[in-house]
Amino acid sequence: MSKRIVVDPITRIEGHLRAEVIVNDDGVVEDAFVSSTLWRGLEVIAKDRDPRNVAILMQRICGVCTYSHYLKSTMAVEDALGIKIPLNAELVRTLMNVALFIHDHVVHFYHLHGVDWVDITSALEANPAKAAKLAFKYSDSPIAAGEADLIKTQETIAKFAKHPQGMGPFANAYWGHGTYRLTPEQNLIALSHYLKALEIQRIAAKMMAIFGGKNPHPQSLVVGGVSCVMDILDPTRMSEYMENFKKLADFVDNAYYSDIKMAAEMYKDEPSVTKPIGVKNFMGVQELMIGRDEYLFDSNGYILDADISKVFEIDEDLITEEATHAWYADDEAQHPYDGTTVPNYTGFVKGQSVGPDGKMIHSENIDPKGKYSWIKSPRYDSKPMEVGPLASILVNYASGNKRVKEAVDSFLKETGLPVSALFTTLGRTAARAIQAKLIAKYGMEAFYNLIENIKVDEETCAQYIIDKNKEYKGRGIGEAPRGMLIHWIRIKNGVCENYQATVPSTWNASPIDANGVKGPYEADLVGLKIKDLSQPLEIIRIIHSYDPCIACAVHVMDTKGNKLSEYKVDPLYGGVCNV
Amino acid sequence: MNNQVDISFDKLYNEFENRIKSLEKLPALKENTSAEKMLIEKGFSRRDFMKWAGAITAMLALPSNFTPLMADAIKVVDRLPIIWLHMAECTGCSEALLRSAHPTIDSLIFDYISLEYHETLMAAAGWQAEENIEHAMHKYKGQYILMVEGGIPTANNGSFLTIGGHAKKGLDIAKEASENAAAIFAIGTCSAFGGVQAAIPNPTGAVALSEVTHKTVINVPGCPPSEKNIVGTLMYYLLYGSLPALDAYNRPKWAYRLRIHDLCERRGHFDAGEFVENFGDEGAKDGYCLYKVGCKGPYTFNNCSKNKFNEDTSWPVQAGFGCIGCSEPNFWDTMGTVNEPLKDKLYNTTFSGLGADATADKVGLGLLVATGVGLAAHATLSAIKPPKE
Repeated sequence: MSKRIVVDPITRIEGHLRAEVIVNDDGVVEDAFVSSTLWRGLEVIAKDRDPRNVAILMQRICGVCTYSHYLKSTMAVEDALGIKIPLNAELVRTLMNVALFIHDHVVHFYHLHGVDWVDITSALEANPAKAAKLAFKYSDSPIAAGEADLIKTQETIAKFAKHPQGMGPFANAYWGHGTYRLTPEQNLIALSHYLKALEIQRIAAKMMAIFGGKNPHPQSLVVGGVSCVMDILDPTRMSEYMENFKKLADFVDNAYYSDIKMAAEMYKDEPSVTKPIGVKNFMGVQELMIGRDEYLFDSNGYILDADISKVFEIDEDLITEEATHAWYADDEAQHPYDGTTVPNYTGFVKGQSVGPDGKMIHSENIDPKGKYSWIKSPRYDSKPMEVGPLASILVNYASGNKRVKEAVDSFLKETGLPVSALFTTLGRTAARAIQAKLIAKYGMEAFYNLIENIKVDEETCAQYIIDKNKEYKGRGIGEAPRGMLIHWIRIKNGVCENYQATVPSTWNASPIDANGVKGPYEADLVGLKIKDLSQPLEIIRIIHSYDPCIACAVHVMDTKGNKLSEYKVDPLYGGVCNV
Repeated sequence: MNNQVDISFDKLYNEFENRIKSLEKLPALKENTSAEKMLIEKGFSRRDFMKWAGAITAMLALPSNFTPLMADAIKVVDRLPIIWLHMAECTGCSEALLRSAHPTIDSLIFDYISLEYHETLMAAAGWQAEENIEHAMHKYKGQYILMVEGGIPTANNGSFLTIGGHAKKGLDIAKEASENAAAIFAIGTCSAFGGVQAAIPNPTGAVALSEVTHKTVINVPGCPPSEKNIVGTLMYYLLYGSLPALDAYNRPKWAYRLRIHDLCERRGHFDAGEFVENFGDEGAKDGYCLYKVGCKGPYTFNNCSKNKFNEDTSWPVQAGFGCIGCSEPNFWDTMGTVNEPLKDKLYNTTFSGLGADATADKVGLGLLVATGVGLAAHATLSAIKPPKE
C-alpha cells in the first residue's frame, strides 16, 4: 500500500517550504508535490511607488541573494528609462556580484547542503593523520586540513556528539543514514571546511560591503550607476578587495572544489543522487560583465531534453506564469477592469503520513487535485525549465564558451565522470562549484579593467529624468546565484504602474501546471527510492541541490498562461488584473 | 564623572557579579563544554577575547572596568537556550548574524552553544525539526530567549504562513513560543514593526510581534540590524538579568538613542553647507553631505554611524548612498523617496549652510523628544524578569 511522507519544514534553505511524496511498497516515490507556505506580496507593494525606491524595496525579496534583486530591479528601471550606465559602474556592480556568487555558493554547499553529503558523527571515527594525507589527493595545497586542524575539528564535534541532547543545531538529524558515502576521514576534511567556510563567508560579505556599504542588503546602487565613487577612487579600498579576493579564490580551489571532487568520487554509484533528473530543459542568460560588453558567462539560450548539441534562442514573450495549482484565484473570465485576483488559500486536507518513528500519524496533507502552493508555474512555450548554475553551465558549454568548456571538461576528466553525470543531482551540485571556480579564476578581470578605466574616466553615474507624461517599460535580466532572474517594470505618471519578478526558484519549485506537467523539484523526486521512510534524507538532498530560495519564488503574478509583460497589479485587493 | 554616578556603577557592578554567580550555578545546557573552551578550540587568544569583551562593554556604555565581567558573562551564555523563529521574512537578519564582527565569537554564541531551533542553520528537518522546538519549549519553559525574525501575517486568519506537518500557522507558533519565553527579542524591522510586507497596502496583514503577544517585546530593528545590536541586546540581558532601558518604540536605548546624523562622518559638510547634488559628482568624490540626495540620517535613530557593518568595513553613508531610515517604524511609507530629501518641499527654500543645519536639527529634535519618552529599564521591566531559578 502506498504511503505518504511529509517533510515540513525543509530546513537549511531560505524561506518556508514543504515536500510531500507518495511511495509504493518498495519505498519508491510514485508522486511528489512541493509547496511554499508563505506569501508576502511585495510586487503589490511596489505599485505606485517612486521608481527610484523600487529596487531598494524589491531587494527585500531576499536577504540571501541580497544583491541580485537589487541589481536586476535597478537594471529594469534603467532599461525602461533608456539609461546606459558608465563602464565604471558596470564593473563595480560586477565586483559586488562576484562576491555574492562566491559567498552564496560556499554557504550553500557547506552550511545548507553540506550535511546532506557529510555525516558529522562519522568524522569522529576518523584518523586525523590519515585524513590530512588524504586531503592531498584532492588538492595540491589543502586548506584547514592539516593534522592539527583536523584534530581540533574532531575534538569540537566530539563534545557535541557525546551528549545527544546537546548537539544544538546538529541535533536530531539523519546521522548514520545508509546513503552517506564518505569515509570517516573524508567526512572530517569536509567538516573542517564547514567551520572554515564560516570565516570565508564573512570575508566575501566584507568584499561586497567595500562597495556596497553593508551586507546583507547593500546600499550603493542608484538608477544610473553607483554611489560609491569615493571607494572606487581609493586605492586602499581597492587593494582590500583584491587581498580578500585571493583568500576566497584559494578556498574555492582548495576546499570547495576539492570537496566536490571527493564527493563525486564517493557518490558516483549512489542511486539517489545519480538518478537521471526529471526536467531536462535548461535556460540561462549572460552574466558578469568583466570588460566592456564582455561577459564571463556570455551565452543566452535554452536546451531541450538534455540535448547539448543545440541551443535555442530565447523569446521573452514566450515566458508565462499560471496558477492552476497555486493559491491564487483564477480570473481568466473576468473583465480586465474588474479582474482583481485575490489570494485564494485553500489550505491542506486532513490525512496521514509517516511519522518520525515510522508509524503512520495524523498530518495536514497536500491535495494534488486542488491548489497547494504560493509558488506559481512559470513555463517557456508551455515547457518547464530548470534554471541555476547547472543550466548556466550547460547553456554556456553547449554554446561553446571556451572557459566554461575547459572547466567542465577538466572536472569530468578529473573525476572520470561522463557528460551524462551532469544531468543528475550530483551534477547539479558539482555545476555550482564549477561556476564558483570559474568566477574565482576570471572574476578579477573586472577589477583590472576597472583600474584601467579609472585612469581615463571617473564617471560613475549617468544623469536622467523621469518624464511624468511618458510611459515606460523595461526589464532587468541576468543570472542570480540560483539562476535566471528577470525583473519587469512599467512606469506611468512618474510612478511604478506595474511590477513583476520572474525568479529562479519559481521555475524550479513550481507546482503542476494546467497541462499536468511537473516542475523540476517535483519531477526530480519521482522514481527516487527512499531507504528509511522516517528519515527521508534522499528527499532533502535533492531539494537542497537546487539551493531553494523560497521568499524569492513566491510572488503575485497571475492568470493562466499569459505573457508576463501583460499584467497589472491591483494594490487594493492584493491581487492582479489582466491588462 | 561625579560621585553619584560612580556609586551607581559600583552597585551595578555588584549586581552583575551576583547575576553571573547565580547563572554559573545553573546547569549547563551541554556538559563538558563552555564558551571559553570553545574559544580556545577555535584558536582565540585571551587577548582576542578581552578585546571583544571590551568592545561590547563600550557599546553598552559601561565603564571599562566592566570588561572582565563581560568576559565572565560570555562564559555562562551557554546557560541560556535560544529559540529563533522565522516568520514572514527574507532571512537577511539570520545572514547578518553570520557576518558577525570581532570574529566568530558571536557566531559561536548562536551556532554552537545553545541555539535550540533555527531553521536556516539546523541539520534536522521535517518531524525531527518539529521535535526539536517542542522539546526546547518544554524542557526550558520560562527560561529560553525567543528571537523572532520576520513580520507576523494575520490576514485571512494567519493563513499566509504555515509551518510543519500539521500546517500550524506562523501566528500561532509565534504566540505560543512567546508565552513561555524568559525574554523576547524582535530581530529586524519586520518583526519589530511589521517591515516591508506591512508597507502599504499590506496585503497579508503583517504586524509586529508585539501586536500578537501580551508579553513585552524588545525591538532590535534595522533591515537587517547590525550583528552588534543583536548580540549586544543578548549580552545586556545576560548581565542585567533584566531588559534594557527602552525608547518609545521599545528599542534598547544603548543602541538606538543615537541619531545617525549626530555622529555622521559627513556632518562637518552638512554644517558647512557642502552637499552632493548628484551621485558621482565632484561633491560625491569629496565626501560631501548626502542630505540633498536623500539621506534620512537626521530622522533615524541607530548606531550605524558609530559601529558600521561587516567588521567595520563600511556603512551606507560611507558608500555614498545615505541612510534610508530602516530602523524606524513604517519607514517604507514615511521616509519618502530614497534619493530625495524627505522635507525637500518644505525646506528647500531655507536650504543653505546654517539654515539647513538648523532646519534638519529641528526636525530631528522633534523626533528625539518623541523617542525620549522611552521607558526606564529596571523599574518598569522588573515585572518580566525570568522566573526565579
